[in-house]
Amino acid sequence: MKKQIQLLSMAIFAFCMNVIAQENAGLTLPTGFKASLYANNIGTARHIAITKSGVVFAKLNNPNKEGNSIVRLEDANNDGVADKMNGWAKYGGTGIYVKGNSLYASSNEAIFKYELNSKDEVVNPLTPQTIVSGLLDRRQHNSKSITFDKGNNIYVNIGAYSNACQVEDRKAGSQGRVPCNILDSAGGIWKFDGTKENQTYKDGKRYATGLRNVVGLDWNNETNQLYVAQHGRDQLNSFYPNLYTDAQNAELPAETFYAINEGDNAGWPYVYYDPSQHKKIVSPEYGGDGMKEGSSEFKDPAVAFPAHMAPMAVLFYTGNQFPAKYKNGAFISFHGSWNRSPLPQEGFFVAFIPFKNGKATGEWEIFANGFAGTENGAKVTNTSKAKARPCGLAQGPDGSIYVSDDTKGSIFKISYSK
Amino acid sequence: MVNFSIKGFIKLAVFISFLGMAQSGNAQNKINGKKIFETRCLVCHQSDGGGVPNMNPPLDGSTNVNGKDIARLVKIIRNGYDERVALDGMYYNNAMTANPDLKEDAIADVLTYIRASWSNKAGAVTISQVKAALLKNKAAKK
Ligand code: HEC
Repeated sequence: MKKQIQLLSMAIFAFCMNVIAQENAGLTLPTGFKASLYANNIGTARHIAITKSGVVFAKLNNPNKEGNSIVRLEDANNDGVADKMNGWAKYGGTGIYVKGNSLYASSNEAIFKYELNSKDEVVNPLTPQTIVSGLLDRRQHNSKSITFDKGNNIYVNIGAYSNACQVEDRKAGSQGRVPCNILDSAGGIWKFDGTKENQTYKDGKRYATGLRNVVGLDWNNETNQLYVAQHGRDQLNSFYPNLYTDAQNAELPAETFYAINEGDNAGWPYVYYDPSQHKKIVSPEYGGDGMKEGSSEFKDPAVAFPAHMAPMAVLFYTGNQFPAKYKNGAFISFHGSWNRSPLPQEGFFVAFIPFKNGKATGEWEIFANGFAGTENGAKVTNTSKAKARPCGLAQGPDGSIYVSDDTKGSIFKISYSK
Repeated sequence: MVNFSIKGFIKLAVFISFLGMAQSGNAQNKINGKKIFETRCLVCHQSDGGGVPNMNPPLDGSTNVNGKDIARLVKIIRNGYDERVALDGMYYNNAMTANPDLKEDAIADVLTYIRASWSNKAGAVTISQVKAALLKNKAAKK
């Protein structure tokens, strides 16, 4: 009998835990934070942007089942769940940004500008202005993420269509190209005028280089500086099994977060960042042996994260809803790894990067976890088994933050109350 | 009552041992195939053959992997694969590594393995099929 009661109370406890978990849309959060499932099944939601009135726009990687690749969501009754949704646009892509009364969205080769009316509805869904076109899309790392500075300059990532700039991409034994000619038109951040139509490469400026693929970037208004998060190179163990074990590859190289100044070079493909040696190391395609230190002309990261977790968005928190420690710090979403195989995958969470006096402290912590939806928080072994993968981040007018997922097409809203 | 000739017995014995050989050969091929998969393919296609959304396609349940066009599969393994094509309606952005050093028997083994693993139930691929495919691919290049 005693045993039965024990079992029963365990079952009730498990049931309650389940309900509590569902109450936070399945997420684990610091004390005082709550999450709701703001939207679900909207399509492959990449970046998101929110207007002053709280309308959420999501850019989809591919058109959803309604054939739309930009979605507009509204929570009219303010219960944390969107109750109005419509969409338009046929082009897949990642970038979306609200600037004043304009909405910018990117395909994998162009940036478009739409006008918003006083209700934050798009007035010209079929006839946007083309701000930039002709940006390279060679499939690998083709997301064109966008952000703005305080003025009208737009910063766009053009990812390198390569892993390590080998003569033959991802082929064992193929050496690195010297110099890496990919960097002329990709592998960096380009700056354009956000108000001028029909620009191409020649109208823009390479603002920073040596960045393999940046999906997450944001402007820090407090210090007036661009911050970017890079996806580090893959497959050190596949191509150099004599230099890197599977276990070493799982931790190399770091995913890196940089404070960027104009003209900076982060060193891809010549170097990668080793988080345990705290050094830039020469890539094996360029004669490295896992120890040889790279040139000091290349930028050091502000924060080094574990390898392969795939940073997808950066968001400087400027709201007043969250506790003071979050103000002017950065949230960063991680999609979750695949190149840690055969070891278990990591990531699938949103982290927080504390800032002190306008600088990252170098520390970071997990902020929101549980997106992968595994039993009891077990590790994900195979990436496609993750139920949700964090992607876009945006801040609402009330200081809540929103996280999108491009697997199921969910948007989570995270709020704080004392 | 027991009605067998020596000749018949030998025939039977030869037949049984042949079956046994075929059987163990097949099992050995799958073991080799699994080893090749783990060292060269698992990183992208994952241990459950489920791939990585948007990047690397699933092999488990793939129409092409389970299909009849063996020549195409051989070509992909040998030369790698980097094309803007939809696979079962989805696009994948990564570039697959070429395997110029994989011998014909190894290609047959890894294809046999991926066609018979997870939920896949397609037939084994033989060395002669691989040879024929490589010849065909060579001719197509000219
Ligand atoms: C670097 C990652 C990577 C590695 C390693 C890799 N693949 Fe692939 N594979 C891909 C990608 C990406 C595609 C799709 C390419 C495209 O769409 O152009 C693909 C496609 C395929 C296809 C075609 C699937 C279909 O549905 O038509 C097969 C079969 C395949 N791979 C088998 C293998 C095997 C067997 C190995 C190991 C010998 C392997 N791959 C290693 C990334 C990889």
